[in-house]
Amino acid sequence: MAVLEILKLPDPRLKQVSEPVTEFDDALRAFIDDLEETRQNGPAAVGIAAPQVGVFKRVVIIDCSQTRKPVPNHGHLILVNPEITHWEGFEAGREGCLSVPDYTGNVIRATRIHLEAFDPWGNPLAFDMEGYEARAAQHEIDHLDGILFVDRVVSRRTDLFRRKVYQKGGKSKKG
Amino acid sequence: MSDKWWMLTLIGRDSPGIVAAVTRALAKAGITLGETSMLRLGGNFTVMMMVSGDTDEERLGSLLAPVVEQRGLRLHIDPIEAELHQHLVPNVQVTVSGPDRTGMVAQVTSALAEGGFNILDLESDVAGTPREPLYIIQISGIAVEPVERIEERLAAIRDTGISVNVVPVDTYIG
Repeated sequence: MAVLEILKLPDPRLKQVSEPVTEFDDALRAFIDDLEETRQNGPAAVGIAAPQVGVFKRVVIIDCSQTRKPVPNHGHLILVNPEITHWEGFEAGREGCLSVPDYTGNVIRATRIHLEAFDPWGNPLAFDMEGYEARAAQHEIDHLDGILFVDRVVSRRTDLFRRKVYQKGGKSKKG
Repeated sequence: MSDKWWMLTLIGRDSPGIVAAVTRALAKAGITLGETSMLRLGGNFTVMMMVSGDTDEERLGSLLAPVVEQRGLRLHIDPIEAELHQHLVPNVQVTVSGPDRTGMVAQVTSALAEGGFNILDLESDVAGTPREPLYIIQISGIAVEPVERIEERLAAIRDTGISVNVVPVDTYIG
């Protein structure tokens, strides 16, 4: 196991599109161990994507089980070749990134998604995700397509309109 | 780059190209920008810019004089103590909206201040129509008490028919 170096903007490699994993072998699983160790080493990172450490394979890790207030989540997830097959709703939320230190901004993401992926052994996985966890998956899958959250940040004024919609969604969920 | 910073404040009637003209004049003189914020307030152009460089107040004033004059702007320059990379991350968002009336911002922010809330960002706007203006306040900041407690502090305002939303902000880092 090893902590890998995190690529940071303006490193152009972060814009690279990652390739699907074809071999679900020990080498892949060893890399995933390193990726996880790197995630845990980072400051409060909820998720991480392989290209953030310069490995351009479609692998992400997210773990939304440790938020200040519990949110709906599926625990610690290793997602290989993840694909979002359904999107619903949108809401603004604040994001930051290990690859963009000292910057956070509001990003519009789908509220609910259906996600399909494989585990590190090549077994198929499927999840219905919402809210914070859906945001995490979208943020990390963006990395696989060479997109960073700074490419999607909305202005505070734009956010004013979006956030009203977001709060309606939040209320109906509680009710 | 020198560590000395100034805050430039420029206001005036809005027209396209002001930011370009101002920042071109600064860049030509080797002045670098730090954090900046431009807003249009009531049809006025407003910008505040942290600037740094091998300069002084007089030189900053004179190198901006042409654009200030041409665009009919007003310029204010203050030496400031400043550092970059000191961003704080908000953990609570408060949105308030209701019929426009004097003292709304004072009432909301006073209630927040009593609970030690540190406002990082506040914007307020008059929406609606001239006949029925709607005041909207959007605040984000750092709360040191639970959201429920902030809700309680703002309950009196809500009771007067004003809509108040207090939402925790969980910043996703990935």
